[in-house]
Amino acid sequence: MVSRFSYTLDSSLDSVSKVEEAAEDLAQKSGLDEDQTFQLTMAVREAAVNAVLHGNAYDPEKKIVASFENNGSSLIIRISDQGNGLDPATLPDPLAPENLLSGSGRGIFLIRSFMDEVHFKLLHPGTELTLIKHLDSTQKSA
Amino acid sequence: MSMKISTRQVDGVTVLDLSGRITLGEGSVQLRNAVRELLGKGSKDILLNLADVNYIDSSGIGELVSAFTAARNQGGELKLLKLTKKVHDLLQITKLYTVFDIKDDEAQAIAAFSKA
Repeated sequence: MVSRFSYTLDSSLDSVSKVEEAAEDLAQKSGLDEDQTFQLTMAVREAAVNAVLHGNAYDPEKKIVASFENNGSSLIIRISDQGNGLDPATLPDPLAPENLLSGSGRGIFLIRSFMDEVHFKLLHPGTELTLIKHLDSTQKSA
Repeated sequence: MSMKISTRQVDGVTVLDLSGRITLGEGSVQLRNAVRELLGKGSKDILLNLADVNYIDSSGIGELVSAFTAARNQGGELKLLKLTKKVHDLLQITKLYTVFDIKDDEAQAIAAFSKA
């Protein structure tokens, strides 16, 4: 059974909290354990922060869209913004010695660390991040 | 779900007891302001007690790094005390576990300052 829902939200930290709560709810209902729930929730939060802060730059005229899907074999979360577009190839490696003491630049790295698949899609305007977590046989559809 | 900070002095070291979440917005700004204020007053040896920090995001991690470098740039030191498993794991993933001086015991942490 496929379950799917989505939100269109303002570019605010309140929206980040709402997306984070929705991700946690989806993870728990899908049978993820505590560590997996933490990781998925954090990855989705980072994606939402990216959309609100770096994508839309808190612009009240711009929205973010967050969609959540459990298709029975995977959890698929898409977060899109209406910003200038993000080219992942331009992101510095936060583990490189020269970047280790940087005060920022770890969000996408954490997303990639915690999800099974991460895809970037350039919109016109904006960026859509697709985060995928594969479910194992003991985890059920929501 | 904001962060709380209380401050105490132990043998010349300022201990900040943090609790809650260090995330983009309130938590990371609170930490930044607290460390900036201490460094401005000349309190350059700072121990962040993270025992009750149950969540930190990439912004919070960045704030820890910025606090660390700010203290070091002023001739001081910033160490971390009592990481929860989640924070410990995040610092390992981001390779920051070896950058910070991290202690589990407060007395040992304070002693490490005085030996420096």
